[in-house]
Amino acid sequence: MTEIKLTVNGVTRSDEVEPRLLLIHYLRETVGLRAANVGCDTTSCGACTVLLDGDSVKSCTMLAVQASGRSVTTAEGVVEADGSLGVVQTAFRENHGLQCGFCTPGMVMAATSLLAENPHPTEQEVREGLEGNFCRCTGYHNIVRAVLAAADKLSGPSSATEVNA
Amino acid sequence: MIPASFDYEVADSAAHALALLAEHGEDAKLLAGGHSLLPMMKVRLAQPAVLIDIARITELGGIKIEGDEVVIGATTRHAELAGSELLRAEAPILAYAAAQVGDPQIRHRGTIGGSLAHADPSADLPMTLLALGGSVEITGPSGVRVVGADDFFVGPFESALGPDELLTAVRVPRGGAVPWGYQKFVRRANDWAIVGAAAYGGRVALASMGGTPLRATATEEALKSGASIEEAAKLAAEGTSPGYDFHADVEYREHLARVLTRRALEGKAG
Repeated sequence: MTEIKLTVNGVTRSDEVEPRLLLIHYLRETVGLRAANVGCDTTSCGACTVLLDGDSVKSCTMLAVQASGRSVTTAEGVVEADGSLGVVQTAFRENHGLQCGFCTPGMVMAATSLLAENPHPTEQEVREGLEGNFCRCTGYHNIVRAVLAAADKLSGPSSATEVNA
Repeated sequence: MIPASFDYEVADSAAHALALLAEHGEDAKLLAGGHSLLPMMKVRLAQPAVLIDIARITELGGIKIEGDEVVIGATTRHAELAGSELLRAEAPILAYAAAQVGDPQIRHRGTIGGSLAHADPSADLPMTLLALGGSVEITGPSGVRVVGADDFFVGPFESALGPDELLTAVRVPRGGAVPWGYQKFVRRANDWAIVGAAAYGGRVALASMGGTPLRATATEEALKSGASIEEAAKLAAEGTSPGYDFHADVEYREHLARVLTRRALEGKAG
């Protein structure tokens, strides 16, 4: 067993884990956070996406020990202080960016990382930025709309939009 | 899918990593981003007894200029390569290729050293290093040696890296003004190349056309003799030995090599 110390959704934790424990299993089973899902389990589908020091990563392809000393954020960690949905989550609901919801926590975290890197993405940049996340309900159009709406809310409409308006 | 049990060691310097490698021998594997190794461990294609984590070694990171070369630390992540202003100015084909690896999540974790050491003949960075005519810096018990890309890839998933050695840095020529092109044919987003072609000056490298990334030597020779791009690209599949799978048979891969080489030589990126 190896001791890890990390921050999960702003809370400092310390746990004894087997080195082979995957980060997704640590989050779901040790910490009890069930938003991130195990989908393909092969680094393809993105349902397990969480943030590591702000960057999107696939937690099925990381060991919990690799996250020691780092900060991990899951979809539970991006809700507002009063418990209401965060900006990206709200945009997904308002734009019908989900059907069954299985991919949604991963989509929200991938979108959160994308918007941190590129606050004013074009539609094409959103589509490419989400290439690591699969939606099997084929709901991509509304997901892209949701991310663009979230970008406007977080950073204001882009200058190009203002010119057109 | 859960990897088999292993012991976990954190190396805090390159020297420490080498000492741990010497101690554990061939039972040990180095772990950086883990995006080639962990998927293999999850399906038990790899079952190392010891994992040595080198991702926390600060001396293995960073991108800098040294004379007429850009030197990139082995644990530099794909996202850092893609976003590096220095690399975009000095070796734009490498920054571009790094942005084509997998997807954003994979690029946040995977490292250039890990990708090259994994030596996947269909991967982006091995093909690009070969096109650039770059080299890797390898540190072992007897010191540092530099191996050129032409000699580094020796077989499918096999490199010149010994079990007691550490890939410490990657060297590529400074060449911001050298014409380049990059082509990768995939059926799905975030997939490996069915065929890839990278052109840098008069050098052309191919992915998925054999057991290692390969130079399109007949094309390169033809260009040197003054052939047009269109004529030279027709020779791109000569000397290659592509495999076949449900994506493409041999003939189709040869066709793709010719078409993608032409587009790469025309300076197209896509």
